[in-house]
Amino acid sequence: MEGYLAVAAVVLAGVLLVTAAMVARRLVAPRAVTAAGRTTYESGVDPVGTGWAQSQVRYLSFAFLYVVFAVDAVYLFPWALVLRDSSLGLASLVEVLVFVGVVLLGLVHAARRGLLRWDLR
Amino acid sequence: MTLLEAALRAVAALAAFLVLPLLVGQAEHKVMAHMQGRLGPMYAGGFHGWAQLVADGVKFLQKEDITPRAADRWVFRLAPGVALVPYLLALALLPVHPGVAAVDVPGSLVLLLAATSVGALGTLMAGWSSANKYSLIGGLRAAAQLVSYELPLVLAVASVALAGGSLSLVGLVDAWSPWWLLWQLPGGVVFLVAAAAELQRPPFDMPVADAELVMGAWTEYTGLRFAFFLLAEYAGIVVMSVLFAVLWLGGWHGPFPDALGWLWTLAKGFVVALVVIWVRVAWPRLREDQLQRLAWLWLVPLGLFQVVLTGVGVVAGW
Repeated sequence: MEGYLAVAAVVLAGVLLVTAAMVARRLVAPRAVTAAGRTTYESGVDPVGTGWAQSQVRYLSFAFLYVVFAVDAVYLFPWALVLRDSSLGLASLVEVLVFVGVVLLGLVHAARRGLLRWDLR
Repeated sequence: MTLLEAALRAVAALAAFLVLPLLVGQAEHKVMAHMQGRLGPMYAGGFHGWAQLVADGVKFLQKEDITPRAADRWVFRLAPGVALVPYLLALALLPVHPGVAAVDVPGSLVLLLAATSVGALGTLMAGWSSANKYSLIGGLRAAAQLVSYELPLVLAVASVALAGGSLSLVGLVDAWSPWWLLWQLPGGVVFLVAAAAELQRPPFDMPVADAELVMGAWTEYTGLRFAFFLLAEYAGIVVMSVLFAVLWLGGWHGPFPDALGWLWTLAKGFVVALVVIWVRVAWPRLREDQLQRLAWLWLVPLGLFQVVLTGVGVVAGW
């Protein structure tokens, strides 16, 4: 656990760096807040509506795909430590092969259903 | 470990964090300029504009800090720090020489991946909290891109962990052999491409796309906070380049006496950073759906193939 003291020290150093830089900025930078200066930037014209709006739902599918894969990818790291075990090695390899096959099947299905293609034809 | 030692290690990491990204940034200025038939910065500091980025930093410090009225104030103001600090931790975890790493923990590989993922949160916070249309679109694109490329990245790294049988970066460098250059090559290619995309570097800079989204998630940022995002990007290049050197190119392994190990690690990392810069100059930006197809139809299957190849190799005793 000893090394984690250094982890905490590094994170603290990072926070201190950001804080010190912000204090220096406060001392040096000018402040001239105006109503016009604080409006949302929209290429020089007055902003229309708000910035929080509905948008492309197609991004959602990537989030779904990611959740499926990422949760599985996490299990690869503990596997790295048992792969050389003579009693577990071969069995775990076969299991992972099956697992990769299932995951790939899902990806192929998503691709065949056109989830990864945006241009309609 | 005493508190003093921990503090010294943090200071060392901080020093590396403030020097290495600037070196890479300056190299990008000059290398990119010469690839495009320009000179790049020539005045600041006298000799070939070596102090250009220092001058930029001083300039950013003197700029007014603006928080838009419509923004989600605290999230907006915290985002640059969230983007920056994790890369400091990631940099500190990288071993450069036998026994020399600012932070050495048993699961350093996993901790490093976790840290870089937290850094991505900064971009998302910025994109959403700005309440700006450009920022929102940029933030959405960033979210989609970061999750899509995270996966091939993790698969490639997991493959190296399998090959070395360790989750510690030091343990993996010790286990490295030149044979990995061939055996782990597909994973290495996947990692390089995915790393460029994770850093939102051209040709994967769709979320930033200055010509169409006016810098995407960073549109509303001024002065020092904007500079922090840039610093995070360059620190990210350093982290990914040295990580590639450590995992795939053998870190401090090389000819000449062992005392030069740190030089090998840094030299290999710098060459990888030059490749990252070169790629930016050489290729145009990908369209959003092309970007996603590349991740899911090429990099993920290739990454899975590499994991299987590594697993079979280890069990067969290659």
